[in-house]
Amino acid sequence: MSNKFKLITDGLVKNNPTFVLLLGMCPTLATTTSAINGLSMGLATLFVLVLSNMAISAIAPVVPDKVHIPVYIVVIATFVTLLQFLMQAYTPAMYETLGLFIPLIVVNCIVLGRAEAFANKHGVLESACDGLGVGLGFTCSLTVLGLVREILGSGSAFGFNFIGGNDGMLAFVMAPGAFLCLGYLMVLFNKYLKKN
Amino acid sequence: MEYFLIIISAIFVNNIVLAQFLGICPFLGVSNKLSTATGMSMAVCFVITLATLVTYLINQYLLVPFGITFLQTIAFILVIAALVQMVEIVLKKVSPSLYQALGIFLPLITTNCAVLGVAINVETKEFAFVPGGMLNLGQALVYAFATSLGYGLAMVIFAGIREHLALNNVPKAFKGVPIAIISVGILALAFMGFSGMVK
Repeated sequence: MSNKFKLITDGLVKNNPTFVLLLGMCPTLATTTSAINGLSMGLATLFVLVLSNMAISAIAPVVPDKVHIPVYIVVIATFVTLLQFLMQAYTPAMYETLGLFIPLIVVNCIVLGRAEAFANKHGVLESACDGLGVGLGFTCSLTVLGLVREILGSGSAFGFNFIGGNDGMLAFVMAPGAFLCLGYLMVLFNKYLKKN
Repeated sequence: MEYFLIIISAIFVNNIVLAQFLGICPFLGVSNKLSTATGMSMAVCFVITLATLVTYLINQYLLVPFGITFLQTIAFILVIAALVQMVEIVLKKVSPSLYQALGIFLPLITTNCAVLGVAINVETKEFAFVPGGMLNLGQALVYAFATSLGYGLAMVIFAGIREHLALNNVPKAFKGVPIAIISVGILALAFMGFSGMVK
């Protein structure tokens, strides 16, 4: 049990996909215009990551080595399509906001990376825990980045405006702010959390 | 006139890396040296244009008539994976040195979200300056090609900056990727000056 618990906590700091492994940069930068958007994107990726990890660890023994990448991609694409249907049905507004980056979960290197590095060598339950851990790590990073950008860019947190009016620094909601915030957050992460 | 607007919009105003955040992983990965950056941009340029052509035709003549556009994601990614495999085989024969230089990043074009992103954008995005809003085949190809030129432009500029960055002494916590990302941020700030030129 402690082993599985460790798999989950590893994804948060030691194997943090955003700050340590530097994977999945595109959705990280593009969808974190606010904390809520970042959180939703993280949860969407978490959903695909857990399911695809489980499915791939189950089918890995029977997939021929030569075609394993295309097979994995089709499995991942299937779960992404499922997610698209679910989001269109239950959270249409969020589906519109995240837009292109929902289908692009297919090419998020975190998902394929975990399939290659972990799921095809481990059991279904362990793979689910690994997916959960890495997914949670990704969700946390995205939420933090979204929160920082939202506070600086629009003076609110999780949609709650605390400066009154709309006097945020617009650049932080737009493209440059994404890069700058991520860069400085990485610096802080390197300095205080990463163990060498 | 539309073609001109498409080109300006795709290269400068909505630059694929600096405004749309697509293809960041290889952008950070191979921009250490100017020569690999150029090679990678050419490979991406070729794959994006070819992939857009094929996915456009598949969408128009296969997915739409049969009413199965929800299979778009799966169909597109399979086509792109096959194309990249083909480019890899051709490049291995034609230019082994470039093949060596691109290394792991060539197969990774499959998971370069720029390629899938452009293919999906062409099918779903509305362009205000195009009559009817949606791109036809010719416009789609121009859009894809111009977008990949924008990718190359950003990549080459950034590789130039990074070559200089490597010679400087930066604080330990900033070393490597963080300082690179902060530099991209400043570059993006410069490109923000183009916003509003084309609606």
